[in-house]
Amino acid sequence: MYTFSNRLRIASFILMAVGVVGIAIGFMSAPSTVEEAKAIVAKHDAGHGEAHAAPASEHHQATDTHMESNEHQVAANHEAGHEAGHDAHLLQQLQNKPWAAVYVAALFFLFIALGVLAFYGINRAAQAGWSPLLFRVMEGITAYLVPGGIIVFVLLAMSVAHMNHLFVWLDPEVVAHDKLIQGKSGYLNGAGLLIRAAIFIGGWVAYRTLSRKWSLAQDKASDNANFVKNFRLSAGFLVFFLISESMMSWDWVMSVDPHWFSTLFGWYVFATMFVSAVTVLALITIYLKSKGYLQQVNNSHIHDLAKFMFAFSIFWTYLWFSQFMLIWYSNIPEEVTYFVTRIQDFKLSYFLMIAINFVLPVLLLINSDFKRINWLVIMTGLIILFGHYLDVYHMIVPATVGDQASIGLTEISALLFFAGLFIFVVFTELTKAPLTPENNPLIEESKHFHY
Amino acid sequence: MASKVVQAFYNDDDILLLAVKKVKEAKYHIEEVYTPFPVHGLDKAMGLAPTRIAIAAFIYGLIGLSVAIVMMNFIMIQDWPQDIGGKPSFSYLENMPAFVPIMFELTVFFAAHLMVITFYMRSKLWPFKKAENPDVRSTDDHFVMEILAGDHESDIIELLSETGAVEIKSEEK
Repeated sequence: MYTFSNRLRIASFILMAVGVVGIAIGFMSAPSTVEEAKAIVAKHDAGHGEAHAAPASEHHQATDTHMESNEHQVAANHEAGHEAGHDAHLLQQLQNKPWAAVYVAALFFLFIALGVLAFYGINRAAQAGWSPLLFRVMEGITAYLVPGGIIVFVLLAMSVAHMNHLFVWLDPEVVAHDKLIQGKSGYLNGAGLLIRAAIFIGGWVAYRTLSRKWSLAQDKASDNANFVKNFRLSAGFLVFFLISESMMSWDWVMSVDPHWFSTLFGWYVFATMFVSAVTVLALITIYLKSKGYLQQVNNSHIHDLAKFMFAFSIFWTYLWFSQFMLIWYSNIPEEVTYFVTRIQDFKLSYFLMIAINFVLPVLLLINSDFKRINWLVIMTGLIILFGHYLDVYHMIVPATVGDQASIGLTEISALLFFAGLFIFVVFTELTKAPLTPENNPLIEESKHFHY
Repeated sequence: MASKVVQAFYNDDDILLLAVKKVKEAKYHIEEVYTPFPVHGLDKAMGLAPTRIAIAAFIYGLIGLSVAIVMMNFIMIQDWPQDIGGKPSFSYLENMPAFVPIMFELTVFFAAHLMVITFYMRSKLWPFKKAENPDVRSTDDHFVMEILAGDHESDIIELLSETGAVEIKSEEK
């Protein structure tokens, strides 16, 4: 049995406390009136000095045209109302900033738990022989689905209740002037969003709960009935997962740009969540091993996890590029806006993110022997996690905060808060059952796994 | 050059692996093991040096990538620039996304083909080459271990007879 070390528990509480304080400061410093918003921007521009003034105004010009053709038609209709519309837009962006920071971090950690759940389901359904030793670690990580899912659901409900403007299509004022969103309103509406979210999160949690129950029951069973039930349930879950994950990515992520769509977006989000998930699984496994638990996990298991990290980093790049190249090449205005916003306002961090997520994992993990070196897997894992946080950040923030975005106190605090919560939930769950599953028919193979 | 070898025949890969380990322990020199299919862990049991084909593959991949970059730069930018889809080919960097699939394919192409060719050359395999295996059964259902006899022929035969060999014979080579 694993005991949650006090140091780690205290660390998780500190992370959460610091996170809450930072998030609170972020919300309090967000402007509540147009005047305050203008003051913040003026201060910001002054801080940058004169040299930046000219490009900055050009920038606003660019966003204005972009806005007319795309997002907020409120401003576009009346020339006289243009300036006021722009200011209101600025206010919304600045008000969105702390919300987006919290939303991005909440999604990022929910994705990790969800990715591990998918990985677990795949291993169950495939009856993989190498992985049963890691099942308890996976079950521990998926415990985060419950609090993480509830938090994301509450955030979505707050958006539906108009407490923020993360989803412009929830604003009836915007929809009234927007033919395209009107056409999608049968799907994109507040009630639909919440009902679907409840079904998705409920389905994932239900699978997780049942599978965990049968997994624990198998420990004490004399036959394989629980194992077989788990196998069947997992196969069914994977079907549900692929559909729900894809629709979840449209609802929660892609719809922040309500005019834009990409048919492989679900896969793209899946690649991000899967590579982060396997990375976290590898990190926690190595951590537990270093504390003297999971002694039967050998370096072949670590090697396999690192292979997944390596392979899915490339898979992510493949999907990112597939999406990018087609849109870049055809250059159709309604599609290309997605990348125009990201490259205009986020050029450095966006391309840095691609380099971090592709070049570094490839170079660091390409050597077979390196995949067995624990500290190298940890270093690469931290790089991958940082890169994929940036990826989720760039999915949400350019559309919600736009050119007012920056990674500052609020963003880091939100990340710290959810990291603390994640650590607390996961490691608490790990203490509840023996770390090595007994009586799993494949456990012997896993113990002797050797590559 | 005549040297005597002892050949032991096995009909199971696990028995073969145990036999190889036993012979290694007795410090006899295993010339070669002929198997109908790759036996997992045999290279380690025989004490062969780890393969360096991975390093070669990485270098071949880099060569392929470089060839693709140079080739596309010559074809699409320098030699015959065209305006495709409103993207005139004046700068390699700006047109780079269009070339990425080619870079990827040539990287894989070079790595794969050169790796196979390297493997054949290192294994001394080429068309019309005469087979080296001492017994045709080693391509079907038997595993043959060949040990350099030296002055210990009878000791080796005695050792091998305890390892589950289905047939043992000495041969001049």
